[in-house]
Amino acid sequence: MEDRALGGDATRRGFVNWMLGTSVGAFLISVLYPVARYLVPPMVGESTAASVTLPIKPGDVKPNTGQIFKFGSRPAILVRTSAGDLKALSAVCTHLNCTVQYRPDLSHIWCACHNGHFDLNGQNISGPPPRPLDAFVVNVRGNQIVVSKST
Amino acid sequence: MSTTTPDSVHGKLWSWLDQRIGLADLEKLARKKQVPVHGHGVWYYLGGMTLFLFIVQVVTGTLLLFYYRPSAEEAYESVQFLMAEVEFGWLIRSIHAWSANLMIFALFIHLFSVLLLKAYRPPREVTWFSGVGLLAIALGFGFTGYLLPWNELAYFATKVGTEITGAVPLVGRFLLRLLRGGDEVTGATLTRFYGIHVAVLPGLVMLVLGLHLYLVQKHGMSVPLPVERQGDRRTMPFVPNFLLRDIVGWLSALAILAALAAFIPAELGRKADPFAPAPVGIKPEWYFMFMFQTLKYLPSHILGLEGEIVGMVGFGLGGLFLLLIPFLDRRAARGQPSPLFTWIGIFVIVYIVVLTYLGYAASPTR
Repeated sequence: MEDRALGGDATRRGFVNWMLGTSVGAFLISVLYPVARYLVPPMVGESTAASVTLPIKPGDVKPNTGQIFKFGSRPAILVRTSAGDLKALSAVCTHLNCTVQYRPDLSHIWCACHNGHFDLNGQNISGPPPRPLDAFVVNVRGNQIVVSKST
Repeated sequence: MSTTTPDSVHGKLWSWLDQRIGLADLEKLARKKQVPVHGHGVWYYLGGMTLFLFIVQVVTGTLLLFYYRPSAEEAYESVQFLMAEVEFGWLIRSIHAWSANLMIFALFIHLFSVLLLKAYRPPREVTWFSGVGLLAIALGFGFTGYLLPWNELAYFATKVGTEITGAVPLVGRFLLRLLRGGDEVTGATLTRFYGIHVAVLPGLVMLVLGLHLYLVQKHGMSVPLPVERQGDRRTMPFVPNFLLRDIVGWLSALAILAALAAFIPAELGRKADPFAPAPVGIKPEWYFMFMFQTLKYLPSHILGLEGEIVGMVGFGLGGLFLLLIPFLDRRAARGQPSPLFTWIGIFVIVYIVVLTYLGYAASPTR
Protein backbone atom coordinates (compact mmCIF):
# COMPACT_ATOMS: atom_id res chain seq x y z
CA MET A 1 0.00 0.00 0.00
CA GLU A 2 2.76 2.35 1.02
CA ASP A 3 4.59 1.61 -2.20
CA ARG A 4 1.55 2.29 -4.31
CA ALA A 5 0.94 5.60 -2.49
CA LEU A 6 4.47 6.66 -3.36
CA GLY A 7 3.75 6.47 -7.07
CA GLY A 8 6.84 8.49 -7.93
CA ASP A 9 9.14 5.95 -6.21
CA ALA A 10 7.54 2.99 -7.95
CA THR A 11 8.00 4.66 -11.31
CA ARG A 12 11.59 5.47 -10.52
CA ARG A 13 12.24 1.87 -9.52
CA GLY A 14 10.52 0.67 -12.67
CA PHE A 15 12.66 3.02 -14.72
CA VAL A 16 15.85 1.81 -13.07
CA ASN A 17 14.83 -1.82 -13.58
CA TRP A 18 14.03 -1.10 -17.20
CA MET A 19 17.40 0.58 -17.66
CA LEU A 20 19.18 -2.34 -16.00
CA GLY A 21 17.24 -4.89 -18.04
CA THR A 22 17.95 -3.19 -21.34
CA SER A 23 21.61 -2.71 -20.35
CA VAL A 24 21.93 -6.42 -19.66
CA GLY A 25 20.20 -7.15 -22.96
CA ALA A 26 22.42 -4.70 -24.85
CA PHE A 27 25.49 -6.15 -23.16
CA LEU A 28 24.52 -9.70 -24.17
CA ILE A 29 23.81 -8.63 -27.74
CA SER A 30 27.09 -6.74 -27.98
CA VAL A 31 28.91 -9.91 -26.87
CA LEU A 32 26.89 -12.50 -28.78
CA TYR A 33 26.56 -10.63 -32.08
CA PRO A 34 30.31 -10.52 -32.88
CA VAL A 35 30.67 -14.16 -31.75
CA ALA A 36 27.79 -15.28 -33.97
CA ARG A 37 29.15 -13.32 -36.94
CA TYR A 38 32.63 -14.70 -36.25
CA LEU A 39 31.34 -18.27 -36.47
CA VAL A 40 29.72 -17.74 -39.88
CA PRO A 41 32.44 -18.32 -42.45
CA PRO A 42 33.06 -15.50 -44.95
CA MET A 43 31.76 -16.00 -48.50
CA VAL A 44 34.50 -17.08 -50.86
CA GLY A 45 33.91 -16.13 -54.46
CA GLU A 46 32.75 -19.14 -56.48
CA SER A 47 34.98 -19.96 -59.38
CA THR A 48 33.28 -18.35 -62.35
CA ALA A 49 35.31 -20.21 -64.94
CA ALA A 50 32.92 -21.13 -67.73
CA SER A 51 35.28 -23.57 -69.34
CA VAL A 52 38.32 -25.64 -68.52
CA THR A 53 40.98 -27.25 -70.70
CA LEU A 54 41.67 -30.71 -69.36
CA PRO A 55 45.17 -32.01 -68.72
CA ILE A 56 44.16 -35.16 -70.61
CA LYS A 57 44.58 -35.92 -74.30
CA PRO A 58 41.53 -37.27 -76.18
CA GLY A 59 43.50 -40.34 -77.22
CA ASP A 60 44.17 -41.25 -73.57
CA VAL A 61 40.51 -41.68 -72.72
CA LYS A 62 39.59 -45.25 -73.57
CA PRO A 63 36.03 -46.29 -74.49
CA ASN A 64 33.85 -47.40 -71.56
CA THR A 65 35.90 -45.50 -68.95
CA GLY A 66 35.42 -42.35 -66.95
CA GLN A 67 37.62 -40.05 -64.92
CA ILE A 68 37.21 -37.18 -62.50
CA PHE A 69 38.55 -33.74 -63.33
CA LYS A 70 38.49 -30.40 -61.59
CA PHE A 71 35.92 -27.91 -62.91
CA GLY A 72 36.44 -24.73 -60.92
CA SER A 73 36.35 -25.82 -57.29
CA ARG A 74 34.12 -28.86 -57.82
CA PRO A 75 34.70 -32.31 -59.30
CA ALA A 76 33.30 -33.25 -62.72
CA ILE A 77 33.45 -36.51 -64.64
CA LEU A 78 34.59 -37.14 -68.22
CA VAL A 79 33.24 -40.34 -69.80
CA ARG A 80 34.00 -41.93 -73.15
CA THR A 81 31.03 -44.11 -74.02
CA SER A 82 31.39 -47.54 -75.56
CA ALA A 83 30.32 -45.90 -78.84
CA GLY A 84 33.27 -43.51 -78.56
CA ASP A 85 31.51 -40.24 -77.65
CA LEU A 86 32.98 -37.97 -74.96
CA LYS A 87 30.56 -36.71 -72.31
CA ALA A 88 31.18 -34.45 -69.32
CA LEU A 89 28.91 -34.10 -66.32
CA SER A 90 29.08 -32.65 -62.87
CA ALA A 91 30.45 -35.40 -60.58
CA VAL A 92 28.62 -34.08 -57.52
CA CYS A 93 25.76 -36.43 -56.71
CA THR A 94 22.48 -34.54 -56.44
CA HIS A 95 21.50 -36.62 -53.41
CA LEU A 96 24.03 -35.83 -50.70
CA ASN A 97 27.00 -34.35 -52.49
CA CYS A 98 29.24 -37.42 -52.83
CA THR A 99 31.51 -37.74 -55.85
CA VAL A 100 30.14 -40.16 -58.43
CA GLN A 101 32.14 -42.64 -60.55
CA TYR A 102 31.82 -44.46 -63.87
CA ARG A 103 30.92 -48.14 -63.64
CA PRO A 104 32.26 -49.98 -66.71
CA ASP A 105 30.26 -53.08 -65.75
CA LEU A 106 26.99 -51.13 -65.95
CA SER A 107 28.13 -48.58 -68.55
CA HIS A 108 26.66 -45.77 -66.54
CA ILE A 109 27.42 -43.46 -63.64
CA TRP A 110 27.05 -44.61 -60.04
CA CYS A 111 27.36 -43.06 -56.59
CA ALA A 112 28.92 -45.32 -53.96
CA CYS A 113 27.46 -43.46 -51.01
CA HIS A 114 23.78 -44.33 -51.31
CA ASN A 115 23.64 -46.44 -54.45
CA GLY A 116 22.39 -43.78 -56.85
CA HIS A 117 22.49 -44.49 -60.61
CA PHE A 118 22.65 -41.96 -63.48
CA ASP A 119 22.64 -42.60 -67.22
CA LEU A 120 25.23 -41.04 -69.49
CA ASN A 121 23.09 -37.95 -70.02
CA GLY A 122 23.12 -37.42 -66.26
CA GLN A 123 19.52 -38.51 -65.76
CA ASN A 124 18.89 -40.05 -62.33
CA ILE A 125 17.63 -43.53 -63.19
CA SER A 126 17.49 -45.29 -59.82
CA GLY A 127 18.24 -44.86 -56.13
CA PRO A 128 17.75 -41.80 -53.97
CA PRO A 129 19.12 -38.93 -56.18
CA PRO A 130 16.30 -36.42 -56.76
CA ARG A 131 17.72 -34.56 -59.79
CA PRO A 132 19.91 -35.23 -62.83
CA LEU A 133 23.61 -34.34 -62.86
CA ASP A 134 24.45 -31.06 -64.64
CA ALA A 135 25.72 -31.77 -68.14
CA PHE A 136 28.65 -29.88 -69.66
CA VAL A 137 29.63 -29.38 -73.28
CA VAL A 138 32.73 -31.22 -74.52
CA ASN A 139 34.73 -29.87 -77.44
CA VAL A 140 37.81 -31.55 -78.84
CA ARG A 141 40.15 -28.96 -80.33
CA GLY A 142 43.03 -30.72 -81.93
CA ASN A 143 44.78 -32.54 -79.11
CA GLN A 144 42.89 -30.77 -76.33
CA ILE A 145 39.64 -31.46 -74.54
CA VAL A 146 37.74 -28.31 -73.57
CA VAL A 147 34.76 -28.65 -71.24
CA SER A 148 32.40 -25.72 -70.85
CA LYS A 149 29.17 -24.93 -69.09
CA SER A 150 26.18 -25.26 -71.35
CA THR A 151 24.51 -21.87 -71.47
CA MET B 1 30.44 -31.90 12.02
CA SER B 2 34.02 -32.30 11.02
CA THR B 3 35.43 -31.66 14.47
CA THR B 4 33.62 -34.73 15.88
CA THR B 5 36.05 -37.10 14.15
CA PRO B 6 39.08 -37.51 16.40
CA ASP B 7 42.54 -37.24 14.88
CA SER B 8 43.37 -40.74 16.03
CA VAL B 9 40.97 -42.34 13.52
CA HIS B 10 42.23 -40.66 10.35
CA GLY B 11 45.47 -38.93 11.24
CA LYS B 12 46.55 -35.29 11.33
CA LEU B 13 46.60 -34.64 7.58
CA TRP B 14 43.04 -35.88 7.27
CA SER B 15 41.78 -33.53 10.00
CA TRP B 16 43.74 -30.61 8.50
CA LEU B 17 42.09 -31.23 5.12
CA ASP B 18 38.70 -31.94 6.70
CA GLN B 19 38.63 -28.58 8.45
CA ARG B 20 39.37 -26.85 5.13
CA ILE B 21 37.41 -28.83 2.53
CA GLY B 22 34.93 -30.90 4.57
CA LEU B 23 36.13 -34.47 4.04
CA ALA B 24 33.86 -35.80 6.81
CA ASP B 25 30.78 -34.64 4.91
CA LEU B 26 31.96 -36.45 1.79
CA GLU B 27 32.71 -39.57 3.82
CA LYS B 28 29.23 -39.46 5.34
CA LEU B 29 27.72 -39.12 1.88
CA ALA B 30 29.69 -42.10 0.58
CA ARG B 31 28.71 -44.25 3.56
CA LYS B 32 25.03 -43.31 3.23
CA LYS B 33 24.75 -44.26 -0.47
CA GLN B 34 22.91 -47.55 -0.97
CA VAL B 35 22.18 -49.46 -4.18
CA PRO B 36 18.98 -51.55 -4.41
CA VAL B 37 19.47 -55.30 -4.87
CA HIS B 38 17.07 -57.16 -7.18
CA GLY B 39 16.93 -59.26 -10.35
CA HIS B 40 17.48 -56.30 -12.71
CA GLY B 41 20.52 -54.97 -10.85
CA VAL B 42 22.94 -55.75 -13.68
CA TRP B 43 21.70 -52.70 -15.64
CA TYR B 44 22.93 -50.42 -12.86
CA TYR B 45 26.49 -50.97 -14.04
CA LEU B 46 26.04 -49.57 -17.57
CA GLY B 47 26.07 -45.88 -16.60
CA GLY B 48 29.29 -46.30 -14.64
CA MET B 49 30.75 -48.29 -17.54
CA THR B 50 29.95 -45.45 -19.96
CA LEU B 51 31.57 -43.00 -17.55
CA PHE B 52 34.70 -45.15 -17.24
CA LEU B 53 35.07 -45.42 -21.02
CA PHE B 54 34.57 -41.66 -21.27
CA ILE B 55 37.46 -41.14 -18.86
CA VAL B 56 39.58 -43.44 -21.05
CA GLN B 57 38.61 -41.15 -23.96
CA VAL B 58 39.70 -38.03 -22.09
CA VAL B 59 43.08 -39.55 -21.17
CA THR B 60 43.89 -41.07 -24.60
CA GLY B 61 42.47 -38.02 -26.41
CA THR B 62 44.75 -35.73 -24.42
CA LEU B 63 47.72 -37.93 -25.34
CA LEU B 64 46.78 -37.83 -29.04
CA LEU B 65 46.80 -34.02 -28.93
CA PHE B 66 50.57 -34.09 -28.40
CA TYR B 67 51.17 -35.30 -31.96
CA TYR B 68 48.03 -34.44 -33.95
CA ARG B 69 48.07 -31.44 -36.32
CA PRO B 70 44.68 -30.09 -37.30
CA SER B 71 45.09 -29.06 -40.94
CA ALA B 72 44.17 -30.63 -44.27
CA GLU B 73 47.85 -30.67 -45.26
CA GLU B 74 49.20 -32.26 -42.08
CA ALA B 75 46.42 -34.15 -40.29
CA TYR B 76 46.72 -37.42 -42.23
CA GLU B 77 50.53 -37.32 -42.12
CA SER B 78 50.60 -36.58 -38.39
CA VAL B 79 48.34 -39.58 -37.67
CA GLN B 80 50.50 -41.71 -39.97
CA PHE B 81 53.59 -40.58 -38.05
CA LEU B 82 51.85 -41.32 -34.76
CA MET B 83 50.90 -44.82 -35.89
CA ALA B 84 54.22 -45.73 -37.50
CA GLU B 85 56.95 -43.86 -35.64
CA VAL B 86 55.76 -42.83 -32.17
CA GLU B 87 56.27 -45.55 -29.58
CA PHE B 88 52.88 -46.95 -28.57
CA GLY B 89 51.23 -44.34 -30.80
CA TRP B 90 49.24 -47.16 -32.43
CA LEU B 91 48.13 -48.32 -29.00
CA ILE B 92 46.92 -44.92 -27.80
CA ARG B 93 45.04 -44.23 -31.04
CA SER B 94 43.57 -47.74 -31.23
CA ILE B 95 42.37 -47.56 -27.64
CA HIS B 96 40.85 -44.13 -28.34
CA ALA B 97 39.01 -45.53 -31.38
CA TRP B 98 37.85 -48.72 -29.68
CA SER B 99 36.89 -47.05 -26.42
CA ALA B 100 34.78 -44.57 -28.41
CA ASN B 101 32.88 -47.45 -29.96
CA LEU B 102 32.47 -49.34 -26.69
CA MET B 103 31.39 -46.13 -24.94
CA ILE B 104 28.63 -45.51 -27.47
CA PHE B 105 27.64 -49.17 -27.19
CA ALA B 106 27.49 -49.01 -23.38
CA LEU B 107 25.58 -45.74 -23.65
CA PHE B 108 22.99 -47.32 -25.97
CA ILE B 109 22.51 -50.29 -23.62
CA HIS B 110 22.25 -47.87 -20.67
CA LEU B 111 19.63 -45.86 -22.58
CA PHE B 112 17.52 -48.85 -23.57
CA SER B 113 17.70 -50.49 -20.14
CA VAL B 114 16.54 -47.22 -18.55
CA LEU B 115 13.82 -47.02 -21.20
CA LEU B 116 12.55 -50.57 -20.71
CA LEU B 117 12.73 -50.40 -16.90
CA LYS B 118 10.84 -47.05 -17.05
CA ALA B 119 13.47 -45.46 -14.82
CA TYR B 120 12.50 -42.06 -16.30
CA ARG B 121 9.41 -41.97 -14.02
CA PRO B 122 9.03 -38.94 -11.74
CA PRO B 123 11.12 -37.48 -10.19
CA ARG B 124 13.81 -38.56 -12.67
CA GLU B 125 12.62 -36.73 -15.82
CA VAL B 126 15.52 -34.27 -15.81
CA THR B 127 17.98 -37.15 -15.31
CA TRP B 128 16.52 -38.65 -18.51
CA PHE B 129 16.74 -35.31 -20.40
CA SER B 130 20.37 -34.85 -19.39
CA GLY B 131 21.04 -38.46 -20.44
CA VAL B 132 19.54 -37.86 -23.90
CA GLY B 133 21.65 -34.68 -24.04
CA LEU B 134 24.74 -36.76 -23.27
CA LEU B 135 23.78 -39.17 -26.07
CA ALA B 136 23.61 -36.24 -28.50
CA ILE B 137 26.99 -34.98 -27.28
CA ALA B 138 28.50 -38.48 -27.61
CA LEU B 139 27.23 -38.75 -31.20
CA GLY B 140 28.69 -35.28 -31.84
CA PHE B 141 32.05 -36.48 -30.48
CA GLY B 142 31.88 -39.51 -32.78
CA PHE B 143 30.92 -37.49 -35.86
CA THR B 144 33.58 -34.79 -35.39
CA GLY B 145 36.29 -37.23 -34.31
CA TYR B 146 35.74 -39.45 -37.35
CA LEU B 147 36.92 -36.67 -39.70
CA LEU B 148 40.11 -35.78 -37.84
CA PRO B 149 42.45 -38.37 -39.49
CA TRP B 150 41.41 -36.76 -42.82
CA ASN B 151 41.14 -40.04 -44.72
CA GLU B 152 38.95 -40.91 -47.68
CA LEU B 153 36.16 -42.66 -45.76
CA ALA B 154 35.93 -39.90 -43.17
CA TYR B 155 35.95 -37.21 -45.85
CA PHE B 156 32.94 -38.61 -47.69
CA ALA B 157 31.10 -39.61 -44.51
CA THR B 158 31.44 -35.99 -43.38
CA LYS B 159 30.33 -34.70 -46.77
CA VAL B 160 27.16 -36.78 -46.54
CA GLY B 161 26.59 -36.09 -42.84
CA THR B 162 26.90 -32.34 -43.19
CA GLU B 163 24.93 -32.26 -46.47
CA ILE B 164 21.99 -33.73 -44.56
CA THR B 165 21.83 -30.60 -42.37
CA GLY B 166 21.38 -28.67 -45.62
CA ALA B 167 17.99 -30.35 -45.95
CA VAL B 168 16.65 -28.62 -42.81
CA PRO B 169 13.89 -26.27 -43.96
CA LEU B 170 14.77 -22.53 -44.16
CA VAL B 171 18.03 -22.48 -42.16
CA GLY B 172 19.60 -25.61 -43.73
CA ARG B 173 22.04 -23.82 -46.04
CA PHE B 174 23.12 -21.52 -43.21
CA LEU B 175 23.66 -24.46 -40.79
CA LEU B 176 25.60 -26.34 -43.43
CA ARG B 177 27.98 -23.42 -44.01
CA LEU B 178 28.31 -22.91 -40.27
CA LEU B 179 29.24 -26.57 -39.78
CA ARG B 180 31.59 -26.83 -42.76
CA GLY B 181 33.17 -23.41 -42.38
CA GLY B 182 32.36 -22.81 -46.04
CA ASP B 183 30.37 -24.33 -48.88
CA GLU B 184 32.46 -27.50 -49.17
CA VAL B 185 34.19 -29.91 -46.80
CA THR B 186 37.73 -28.50 -46.69
CA GLY B 187 40.54 -27.83 -44.26
CA ALA B 188 38.24 -25.18 -42.75
CA THR B 189 35.82 -27.99 -41.81
CA LEU B 190 38.68 -29.94 -40.25
CA THR B 191 39.75 -27.09 -37.95
CA ARG B 192 36.12 -26.47 -37.00
CA PHE B 193 35.52 -30.13 -36.16
CA TYR B 194 38.78 -30.18 -34.24
CA GLY B 195 37.70 -27.20 -32.15
CA ILE B 196 34.31 -28.77 -31.51
CA HIS B 197 35.85 -32.16 -30.67
CA VAL B 198 38.53 -30.99 -28.24
CA ALA B 199 37.01 -27.85 -26.70
CA VAL B 200 33.31 -27.22 -27.29
CA LEU B 201 31.95 -30.72 -26.61
CA PRO B 202 34.26 -31.41 -23.61
CA GLY B 203 33.02 -28.17 -22.06
CA LEU B 204 29.40 -29.09 -22.69
CA VAL B 205 29.96 -32.60 -21.35
CA MET B 206 31.29 -31.23 -18.07
CA LEU B 207 28.06 -29.27 -17.53
CA VAL B 208 25.56 -31.94 -18.63
CA LEU B 209 27.44 -34.87 -17.09
CA GLY B 210 27.80 -32.89 -13.85
CA LEU B 211 24.03 -32.38 -13.76
CA HIS B 212 23.38 -36.03 -14.65
CA LEU B 213 25.65 -37.39 -11.91
CA TYR B 214 24.32 -34.90 -9.35
CA LEU B 215 20.76 -36.04 -10.10
CA VAL B 216 21.73 -39.71 -9.85
CA GLN B 217 23.17 -38.98 -6.38
CA LYS B 218 20.17 -36.89 -5.38
CA HIS B 219 17.48 -39.41 -6.37
CA GLY B 220 19.44 -42.64 -5.91
CA MET B 221 18.96 -45.62 -8.21
CA SER B 222 15.50 -46.12 -9.66
CA VAL B 223 13.77 -49.37 -8.69
CA PRO B 224 11.71 -51.05 -11.47
CA LEU B 225 7.93 -50.89 -10.94
CA PRO B 226 7.31 -54.65 -10.40
CA VAL B 227 10.12 -54.80 -7.80
CA GLU B 228 8.76 -51.67 -6.13
CA ARG B 229 5.29 -53.22 -5.88
CA GLN B 230 6.65 -56.43 -4.31
CA GLY B 231 8.04 -54.23 -1.57
CA ASP B 232 11.49 -55.80 -1.90
CA ARG B 233 13.77 -53.30 -0.20
CA ARG B 234 17.13 -55.09 -0.04
CA THR B 235 20.14 -52.84 -0.66
CA MET B 236 23.91 -53.00 -0.66
CA PRO B 237 26.31 -50.19 0.32
CA PHE B 238 27.79 -48.32 -2.64
CA VAL B 239 31.17 -48.18 -0.87
CA PRO B 240 32.71 -50.67 -1.05
CA ASN B 241 30.32 -53.42 -2.27
CA PHE B 242 28.93 -51.83 -5.45
CA LEU B 243 32.08 -49.85 -6.26
CA LEU B 244 34.22 -53.01 -6.16
CA ARG B 245 31.81 -54.71 -8.58
CA ASP B 246 32.03 -51.60 -10.77
CA ILE B 247 35.81 -51.85 -10.73
CA VAL B 248 35.67 -55.50 -11.82
CA GLY B 249 33.67 -54.34 -14.82
CA TRP B 250 36.05 -51.46 -15.57
CA LEU B 251 39.14 -53.64 -15.39
CA SER B 252 37.47 -56.18 -17.68
CA ALA B 253 36.65 -53.37 -20.11
CA LEU B 254 40.26 -52.22 -20.00
CA ALA B 255 41.45 -55.76 -20.77
CA ILE B 256 39.00 -56.02 -23.69
CA LEU B 257 40.17 -52.60 -24.96
CA ALA B 258 43.81 -53.66 -24.83
CA ALA B 259 43.03 -56.91 -26.68
CA LEU B 260 40.98 -55.15 -29.36
CA ALA B 261 43.66 -52.46 -29.81
CA ALA B 262 46.39 -55.09 -30.11
CA PHE B 263 44.60 -57.50 -32.45
CA ILE B 264 42.45 -55.07 -34.48
CA PRO B 265 44.32 -51.74 -34.41
CA ALA B 266 42.59 -48.65 -35.81
CA GLU B 267 43.09 -48.29 -39.57
CA LEU B 268 44.03 -45.11 -41.36
CA GLY B 269 43.16 -45.84 -44.99
CA ARG B 270 44.01 -43.46 -47.79
CA LYS B 271 44.36 -39.71 -47.52
CA ALA B 272 41.23 -37.74 -48.43
CA ASP B 273 41.21 -36.48 -52.02
CA PRO B 274 38.36 -34.08 -52.83
CA PHE B 275 38.79 -34.92 -56.54
CA ALA B 276 38.46 -38.68 -56.30
CA PRO B 277 35.17 -40.59 -56.55
CA ALA B 278 33.57 -41.70 -53.31
CA PRO B 279 35.18 -45.06 -52.47
CA VAL B 280 33.20 -48.28 -52.89
CA GLY B 281 31.97 -49.54 -49.53
CA ILE B 282 31.91 -46.08 -47.93
CA LYS B 283 30.18 -46.27 -44.59
CA PRO B 284 29.75 -44.17 -41.47
CA GLU B 285 30.52 -45.29 -37.92
CA TRP B 286 28.33 -48.25 -36.98
CA TYR B 287 26.10 -46.19 -34.69
CA PHE B 288 25.03 -44.03 -37.63
CA MET B 289 24.59 -47.08 -39.87
CA PHE B 290 20.84 -47.56 -39.30
CA MET B 291 20.19 -43.96 -40.37
CA PHE B 292 22.57 -44.28 -43.34
CA GLN B 293 20.87 -47.50 -44.44
CA THR B 294 17.41 -45.95 -44.09
CA LEU B 295 18.52 -43.12 -46.41
CA LYS B 296 19.58 -45.73 -48.97
CA TYR B 297 16.11 -47.31 -48.99
CA LEU B 298 14.14 -44.08 -49.23
CA PRO B 299 13.00 -43.29 -52.78
CA SER B 300 14.06 -39.97 -54.28
CA HIS B 301 10.63 -38.43 -53.71
CA ILE B 302 7.98 -39.15 -51.07
CA LEU B 303 4.68 -37.26 -51.43
CA GLY B 304 6.43 -34.58 -53.47
CA LEU B 305 9.23 -34.06 -50.92
CA GLU B 306 12.82 -35.12 -51.41
CA GLY B 307 13.47 -38.47 -49.74
CA GLU B 308 16.38 -37.18 -47.66
CA ILE B 309 14.22 -34.40 -46.18
CA VAL B 310 11.54 -36.92 -45.20
CA GLY B 311 14.19 -39.17 -43.65
CA MET B 312 15.84 -36.35 -41.76
CA VAL B 313 12.59 -34.91 -40.44
CA GLY B 314 11.61 -38.47 -39.43
CA PHE B 315 14.78 -39.01 -37.41
CA GLY B 316 14.45 -35.53 -35.93
CA LEU B 317 10.93 -36.33 -34.72
CA GLY B 318 12.17 -39.70 -33.44
CA GLY B 319 14.83 -37.92 -31.37
CA LEU B 320 12.25 -35.47 -30.02
CA PHE B 321 9.96 -38.37 -29.11
CA LEU B 322 12.83 -40.08 -27.28
CA LEU B 323 13.56 -36.90 -25.34
CA LEU B 324 9.92 -36.36 -24.32
CA ILE B 325 9.15 -39.95 -23.28
CA PRO B 326 8.92 -39.08 -19.54
CA PHE B 327 6.07 -36.68 -20.38
CA LEU B 328 4.38 -38.95 -22.92
CA ASP B 329 4.33 -42.11 -20.80
CA ARG B 330 1.56 -41.01 -18.43
CA ARG B 331 0.86 -44.53 -17.16
CA ALA B 332 4.43 -45.10 -15.97
CA ALA B 333 4.35 -41.65 -14.35
CA ARG B 334 1.33 -42.84 -12.30
CA GLY B 335 3.18 -46.00 -11.33
CA GLN B 336 1.14 -48.27 -13.64
CA PRO B 337 2.54 -50.73 -16.20
CA SER B 338 2.88 -49.14 -19.66
CA PRO B 339 3.28 -51.99 -22.17
CA LEU B 340 2.90 -49.58 -25.12
CA PHE B 341 6.22 -47.90 -24.30
CA THR B 342 7.86 -51.27 -23.70
CA TRP B 343 6.80 -52.29 -27.22
CA ILE B 344 7.97 -48.99 -28.68
CA GLY B 345 11.34 -49.55 -27.02
CA ILE B 346 11.56 -53.09 -28.38
CA PHE B 347 10.54 -51.90 -31.86
CA VAL B 348 13.28 -49.23 -31.85
CA ILE B 349 15.89 -51.78 -30.73
CA VAL B 350 14.82 -54.25 -33.45
CA TYR B 351 14.76 -51.50 -36.09
CA ILE B 352 18.28 -50.37 -35.20
CA VAL B 353 19.66 -53.92 -35.06
CA VAL B 354 18.05 -55.02 -38.36
CA LEU B 355 18.99 -51.88 -40.32
CA THR B 356 22.54 -51.99 -38.93
CA TYR B 357 22.81 -55.64 -39.97
CA LEU B 358 21.50 -54.85 -43.47
CA GLY B 359 23.97 -51.99 -43.72
CA TYR B 360 26.88 -54.35 -43.21
CA ALA B 361 25.42 -57.32 -45.10
CA ALA B 362 24.39 -55.42 -48.25
CA SER B 363 26.80 -55.73 -51.16
CA PRO B 364 28.43 -52.31 -51.56
CA THR B 365 28.13 -52.30 -55.36
CA ARG B 366 24.48 -53.23 -55.78
